[in-house]
Amino acid sequence: MAKISIRELNLYYNDHQALKSINLDVENKEIMAVIGPANSGKSSLLRALNRLYEIDYARITGKILLDGKDIFEIPINDLRRRIGIVFATPVVLPGSIRKNLSYGPKLHRRIGKSEVDDLVYNALTSANLWDEVKDRLEDSAARLSGGQQQRLCIARALAMQPEVILMDEPCSGLDPVSTAKIEATMLELKKDYTFILVTNNTKQAARVSDRTAFFLLGELIEIGKTQKLFTSPTDTRTDDYIRGRFG
Amino acid sequence: MKDKIAEKILLFIALSAILSLALITFFIFQQGIPLIFKAGLANFFSLKWAPTRAGFGILSMIIGSLMVTVGALAVGVPFGLAGAIFLAEFSSKTIQKTLKPIIELLAGIPSVVYGFIGIVILVPFIRNTFGGPGFSVLAASIILGIMILPTIVSISYDALLAVPTTYREGSYAVGATKWQTVVMLLIPAARSGIVAGIILGMGRAIGETMAVIMIAGNALKIPGSIFDSVRTLTSTIALELGYAAGDHRAALFACGSILFLIIIVLNIFAIRITGRK
Repeated sequence: MAKISIRELNLYYNDHQALKSINLDVENKEIMAVIGPANSGKSSLLRALNRLYEIDYARITGKILLDGKDIFEIPINDLRRRIGIVFATPVVLPGSIRKNLSYGPKLHRRIGKSEVDDLVYNALTSANLWDEVKDRLEDSAARLSGGQQQRLCIARALAMQPEVILMDEPCSGLDPVSTAKIEATMLELKKDYTFILVTNNTKQAARVSDRTAFFLLGELIEIGKTQKLFTSPTDTRTDDYIRGRFG
Repeated sequence: MKDKIAEKILLFIALSAILSLALITFFIFQQGIPLIFKAGLANFFSLKWAPTRAGFGILSMIIGSLMVTVGALAVGVPFGLAGAIFLAEFSSKTIQKTLKPIIELLAGIPSVVYGFIGIVILVPFIRNTFGGPGFSVLAASIILGIMILPTIVSISYDALLAVPTTYREGSYAVGATKWQTVVMLLIPAARSGIVAGIILGMGRAIGETMAVIMIAGNALKIPGSIFDSVRTLTSTIALELGYAAGDHRAALFACGSILFLIIIVLNIFAIRITGRK
């Protein structure tokens, strides 16, 4: 069974329709890349999956299933624990690195100090950040570099012990070295987590993803094995996009 | 040339505002401070207020002022903060645009009107429900609490809105509910603004005179409970200045000096806290 099944999904911001009849399955423990030019509905897709679109006052029709269960039947805080998200600009919360990581888990249950220590260590190690920050866990997270902040955001998502991690152009503001670190992190984490990676960087999609979906103006144009999609796409619009003829 | 003249005029106006503040400060202290030393600190901070017979003790009034102020905060802070949170986080734009001006309008109601409402409604209610004179610490606290609401609400509201939206998104993204986001993230992040609003409200409460005179009862003793009558520093000045002369008059200015110092200290705290981001 697919990890996430999307059936006939439409998403509207007032009169503007951002997603049009999307049907898409995301398999367990794959990295699915979502590519497409601006305004193609990539971010809206992610925000639909963990119901973050609700704070944008958008509305949707259609079905989204997580492990076969309708996401509207899952309590919202539980849903967002299971489906984490990393934004394009790193969103660090005020306070220390440690507090950034413990904030989410503490919302859901009581945890002791030693458990927080474990959680901080595990999350930072998985996000390849531990060595760089282990001596300053109590420092303000805002003082980290952009790349470190983004890896902290990944760590924060991991600290929730999620099943799916949504990445919304996670490397858009980062230098190549930081980008490489985040890509390496994703490839390591793939064995435990399902990723949906929205990216404007087609080369990045080609480097890390198993399958790629191409979106254009709210429609899913084509989806397939990444290698096939990039070498012999079936739709000419996909071909035009990955060859850089538009977008 | 015209610019120069305009600049000079504006400078003059700005300076005259500062100058009048300086003159007021100087005048109050010049009139009041000598008496404190003449009477001696022990006399001045005693309980015996008989200014025509060399009794200049203002302790009960200081305590009265503080009690009424603390009471006002106990009423105003929970309601004010709750109001600001509701406006900033839980209400639609339409409600915000309607309610905020109305709350700010509260600040424009003359204090004598508040006092009047206190006398007509609150004082009899307290007398009938809890006994005692009705003119009490409680009555003054409730009315003052309402009077400081606009200050606390609007400053806290602005502080909450100034918290970046990305914090909210980050918080929702890890599964926080709206309420958890408010309590665990937004209030800590907006803390400095909220505290500044509370301190400014406190300054307003301690300085308020007319409403307090009308409903606090003005008895010259330390109140034994919140249902007892109380007299504040400001009430004393307003009630007695009309007929006071000589040392009595100077003693009232000394009250003013003490009040002035308390308010300056509060403002310094407010500036410190808001400045430290």
